[in-house]
Amino acid sequence: MIALMEFINFYLIPGIVLGSIYALGAVGITLTFGILRFANFAHGETMTLGVYFTWTLMQITPFHPLVILPASMLLTVLVVLGIDRLFYKPFRASPTIMVVMASFGIMLMVRSVIQFVWGVQLKGLVPGIQRPMVLFDTLRISPKHMVIIASAVVLVLLIHLLLSRTKIGKAMRAMSDSPELARLTGIGTEKIVMTTWVVGASLACAAGVFLAYDTHVETMMGFKLLLPMFAAAILGGVGKPYGAIAGGLIIGLVEELSSYPWIGTEPLLNPGYKAGVAFAIMVLMLLWRPSGLFRGRVF
Amino acid sequence: MAVLSLDQVVGGYGDTQILHGVSMHVDEGEIVVIIGPNGAGKSTAMKAVFGLLNLSSGRVFLDDNEITNMPTEMVVRQGVCYVPQTANIFPSLTVEENLEMGAYVRKDDFRPRMAEIYDLFPPLLEKRKHAAGTLSGGQRQMVAMGKAMMLEPKILLLDEPTAGLSPKFRGEIFSIIRTVNNAGTPILMVEQNAKQALKIADRGYVLVDGKNKFDGAGQALLDDPEVAEMFLGGGSHKVAS
Repeated sequence: MIALMEFINFYLIPGIVLGSIYALGAVGITLTFGILRFANFAHGETMTLGVYFTWTLMQITPFHPLVILPASMLLTVLVVLGIDRLFYKPFRASPTIMVVMASFGIMLMVRSVIQFVWGVQLKGLVPGIQRPMVLFDTLRISPKHMVIIASAVVLVLLIHLLLSRTKIGKAMRAMSDSPELARLTGIGTEKIVMTTWVVGASLACAAGVFLAYDTHVETMMGFKLLLPMFAAAILGGVGKPYGAIAGGLIIGLVEELSSYPWIGTEPLLNPGYKAGVAFAIMVLMLLWRPSGLFRGRVF
Repeated sequence: MAVLSLDQVVGGYGDTQILHGVSMHVDEGEIVVIIGPNGAGKSTAMKAVFGLLNLSSGRVFLDDNEITNMPTEMVVRQGVCYVPQTANIFPSLTVEENLEMGAYVRKDDFRPRMAEIYDLFPPLLEKRKHAAGTLSGGQRQMVAMGKAMMLEPKILLLDEPTAGLSPKFRGEIFSIIRTVNNAGTPILMVEQNAKQALKIADRGYVLVDGKNKFDGAGQALLDDPEVAEMFLGGGSHKVAS
């Protein structure tokens, strides 16, 4: 019983938290891949930027990060739309590799701007250590984790409603299925592209803020998430938002559970190798089933 | 009166000229078929209407309005719908969502139209909540045509609707095309299975090397010994019917 509680408290719940963060980030990656047709290397930096907007707003207002989140999402979206207009739009008809390289450049530029403006030292989003809430005597969940999981669930529901109930959401899925047919159907490309940036940047901002809320604020935090987010997008099937959500959860869980002492008393995998787990899943998936769990696109 | 007409159209992709002066027209209520050997520019002629290639000369009219080199999205809004040969449905969207996407440029209530499409293709009503990619070949073609018809187009362009289908399905598709046409939509189609297509067509055009070679009523082309010899496989070749 104690072993089970330890498993839930220290492995399962952190896994779900990490998985939710990956899932929210991976949705943006997979939508950009499906609709704009390139791997956006700057997506991690979008997250970092959202976190720093939140941090700044928290210095000048007394509110909880969740209250500030919509405002920092909006700021992040505006910056990303500006970047699209200035840097990606001229490349719209160019070969994919040029756009990918452009996104690589944006990644470096945005990160440098963040480091220049806010400095490189670690910051905390919320000060102090929170005590976990104890439920049923043994189940210990930190309030932070509950907030993150609940907010992620709300955001995933919102994405679901957008994609399945609204005209623009369905058009996004249609364009991800077949951009050529979408054009022949009269679906206006630019409007869908803008919506994709809005959704991707909002979710990236949220994912970054949840991570900073759980850990701390630093300039490389988004970049460090890039690989697991790509792994999640590929695992779920490129271009499939629901796949990215599932892929993110799976990768977050597997990363955390990989250091559980499944055999004997030692961790199965030294926690130092956690980051390698996402990479291993990505490579295996590309070998075994490149279209991913949800039958996405194969490049 | 001609719903759609091409007048001495010349054009191609980049530096490659494919059409060297193609003229054709489709009248109200007609089914018109374009046939010809591979590389004759049949599909290209159709794409010329749809703003998918640059025309260096010649003109395209819809009713009396010139639509030469108009961007694709605008051509759709003008009431021309095009069903490509492959990738003509959104496989991960449900049948109903595919139809909704067909009505994307409509601002009014399209539900009555959707009901009409379901009446026309009853199997789709049954499968409306299924992902379109899971349907059979014939049903996918129904989705593709139903989707195109959501706009109540002035004319429907079909690019090889029976390509890659078994003879049994081919018959099914041709009868669907007839149904659609009987419901009032003129149709221009490119077809490899020339004999079968000419049988349901009012008129046909034979293109060779990007130019008009023959044209005439469907039956007349079928009976023309030269056309039969050159393009319908004559007597010695195997012809699916």
